[in-house]
Amino acid sequence: MRKIAIYGKGGIGKSTTTQNTVAGLVEAGFNVKVVGCDPKADSTRLLLGGLAQKTVLDTLREEGEDIDLEDIVKIGYGGVRCVESGGPEPGVGCAGRGIITSINLLEQLGAWDEKYKIDYTFYDVLGDVVCGGFAMPIREGKAEEIYIVVSGEMMAMYAANNICKGISKYAQAGTVRLGGLICNSRKVDNEREMIEELARQLGTKMIHFVPRDNMVQRAEINRKTVIEFDPSHSQADEYRALSKAINENTQFVIPKPLAMEELETLLIDFGIVN
Amino acid sequence: MPKRFDYSQGLPNPIILREEILKKYPPKLAKKRAKAIVINDPDVEQEIMANVRTAPGIITQRGCTYAGCKGVVLGPTRDIINLVHGPIGCSFYAWLTRRNQTRPAEGEDNFMTYAFSTDMQDENIVFGGEAKLKEAVREAYEIFKPKAIGIFSTCPVGLIGDDVHSVARDMKAELGINIFGFSCEGYRGVSQSAGHHIANNGVFKNVVGLNDRPREGKFQVNLLGEYNIGGDAFEIERLFEEAGITLISTFSGNSTIKSMEYAHTADLNMVMCHRSINYIAEMMEEKYGIPWIKVSFVGAESTCKSLRKIADFFGDTELKAKVEEIIVREMAKVSAIKDEIKPRVEGKVAMMFVGGSRAHHYQDLFSELGIHVVSAGYEFAHRDDYEGRKVIPNIKIDADTRNIEELTVTKDEEHFRDDLVTKKAELVKLGYEFKNYDGMMPDMKKNSLVIDDVNHWETEKLIEFYKPDIFCAGIKEKYVVQKLGVPLKQLHSYDYGGPYTCFDGAVNFYLEMERMLATNIWKLIDAPWKNESELVGSLAIEQY
Repeated sequence: MRKIAIYGKGGIGKSTTTQNTVAGLVEAGFNVKVVGCDPKADSTRLLLGGLAQKTVLDTLREEGEDIDLEDIVKIGYGGVRCVESGGPEPGVGCAGRGIITSINLLEQLGAWDEKYKIDYTFYDVLGDVVCGGFAMPIREGKAEEIYIVVSGEMMAMYAANNICKGISKYAQAGTVRLGGLICNSRKVDNEREMIEELARQLGTKMIHFVPRDNMVQRAEINRKTVIEFDPSHSQADEYRALSKAINENTQFVIPKPLAMEELETLLIDFGIVN
Repeated sequence: MPKRFDYSQGLPNPIILREEILKKYPPKLAKKRAKAIVINDPDVEQEIMANVRTAPGIITQRGCTYAGCKGVVLGPTRDIINLVHGPIGCSFYAWLTRRNQTRPAEGEDNFMTYAFSTDMQDENIVFGGEAKLKEAVREAYEIFKPKAIGIFSTCPVGLIGDDVHSVARDMKAELGINIFGFSCEGYRGVSQSAGHHIANNGVFKNVVGLNDRPREGKFQVNLLGEYNIGGDAFEIERLFEEAGITLISTFSGNSTIKSMEYAHTADLNMVMCHRSINYIAEMMEEKYGIPWIKVSFVGAESTCKSLRKIADFFGDTELKAKVEEIIVREMAKVSAIKDEIKPRVEGKVAMMFVGGSRAHHYQDLFSELGIHVVSAGYEFAHRDDYEGRKVIPNIKIDADTRNIEELTVTKDEEHFRDDLVTKKAELVKLGYEFKNYDGMMPDMKKNSLVIDDVNHWETEKLIEFYKPDIFCAGIKEKYVVQKLGVPLKQLHSYDYGGPYTCFDGAVNFYLEMERMLATNIWKLIDAPWKNESELVGSLAIEQY
């Protein structure tokens, strides 16, 4: 089983990209599990056709320790096993601790049992690696492959670089590696070249360039992935290509985060010079 | 190892010891510790570094902010429910460990024997613990119907952002009793000292001045910074009663919230532990005009001095005569026992590393017995406790200090005592000292070694160098020191002893010192392999 975590700046399109990619893998015949690690619990909406899911933490709170896996795992598009960690209301408690609790409970309940024959687990993690709790999937080998969703906007690249710092920290002691950058285009000047260069400097590669297309928005409104909503659309092919690239990826590295000046130089070289 | 020094010719200069201690540290740390280890010269003004964060990795004596707030200051007050918001350990391991005694009247509330905690679980960390805290407050109220509930924040409360103050406000409105919270998360300050300050602020803001009480005595006083360890406060109370001094309230040995509410009706505040309680004394003077003086009832001589100082403040002939009568009677008793014990312990060597004032106060008891104090230091004191209050304007305000709320106190026009301000001014003219504390260092001998926040390594080196007959500290140090063959007297909890205040307390202490010092048993605990030849054996391996 390959264990993958998707990180990236808040609002960059992690959940959308994850679910569309998962749809591509499912179409190719793989067994996939998605674990949403965001208190908003919206990481599996497109696969389940809505926010129909009861979160692990809500269930734990309402029903105590005596939980069945069926209570928290919902089967979505093409048999994807969907879980949402959930978490507290904004501004209350500790969401990071919630993720730790939730993943531990899933393991305890045998969510990754052999009998499910899971080929891929995806962890969709909230925003930046803000604290120890959100780094949970990359600690202790919960996830071994990280993909960072990024765009050519400065703050997105800055966040990507920060996440690499987190990865390189945990990579020293564990098995976690960076699999590559996924560019979710914002139609910024020289975006493809800039992200390719950023990836090169980080010691990785841009695994796919996902062009901006309104089809993604339309599919989202319909609570579906692009592949399910309009399988023949060119954007569906982009996600198929992305899932294929991930499936065939063999380049897993410990990233070398950039210094602040290097990052700014990169932006100037690609953004302003032209 | 050098032989023991001849202390009759004054204390040896510990410059070599100081160098040896510092040599072991990495350069940056050595530089820092050098400022906290001072070879005392009472004739010179010396600066010591204090109340600065302990370097990580050092085995310090210090406690946490929560311990200072909940355990030290509010812990000894019996009619308030001290509810700890946090995981159970913070409450359980702080449960009655300080040996604060209390004496409720028949039928009066006493909650000190209970440990109240919200018992936070994983779920409360994830989703926030405010709801559980409210439930706990309601439950405590339902069962005990207390007059007041204090809520104490432990580390996770600050991390997850539970607002204990808004919970306290809501519950106060709901239940109609006095409920207030303390943001005293363990990590908030350099040591427990931050917790003392936070507790002072909370009590001053939420308790002092809530109720008035008609005058009951001619001489009304408060006693601040006395915590009734092993019954210390009972000794002081008995003396006051005999002398005709009315003790309005104490902060906080053998105290009640009820009495703190009318503490502002006193004529004089007496501060014992300057470090933990001077804040309230200062604020009460600003708000109500009540002057404060530094006293100590540890040691027979100090007790005489303090009693006379109170009598001088009131200037009443009858009171003065009564105080002198008590002193003559008690000192005769004390001297008789002291004269008997002193020859057996005189010339022995002691060192003490404890508290924010105890390391100073207990030197008086030792000097009464002719025991040399060669080295001493505080665990959590500030520079003014070492060098005297004159240095306060020069103390650097760092981020840790800014972290603690500084209350703005304004004059209470209704209750302000202009008569006390006038009285104070008159006495000052006569040379009477108010709000003064000269600190520990001027009272210590030349060449004594003053160390702030002493650590394990330094303790071992001190013992090796001075070969003391007794070491005074707390439970964390006790067994390490005793394994080195030196008896340790706990000056936090008094082990199982006490009281040690006033005259009878001094006698208790003399007897305790005789018990601990006039024996050679500690010299006999060397491990057998230190004296016996090496064991020789052979290893046989079975052949298969």
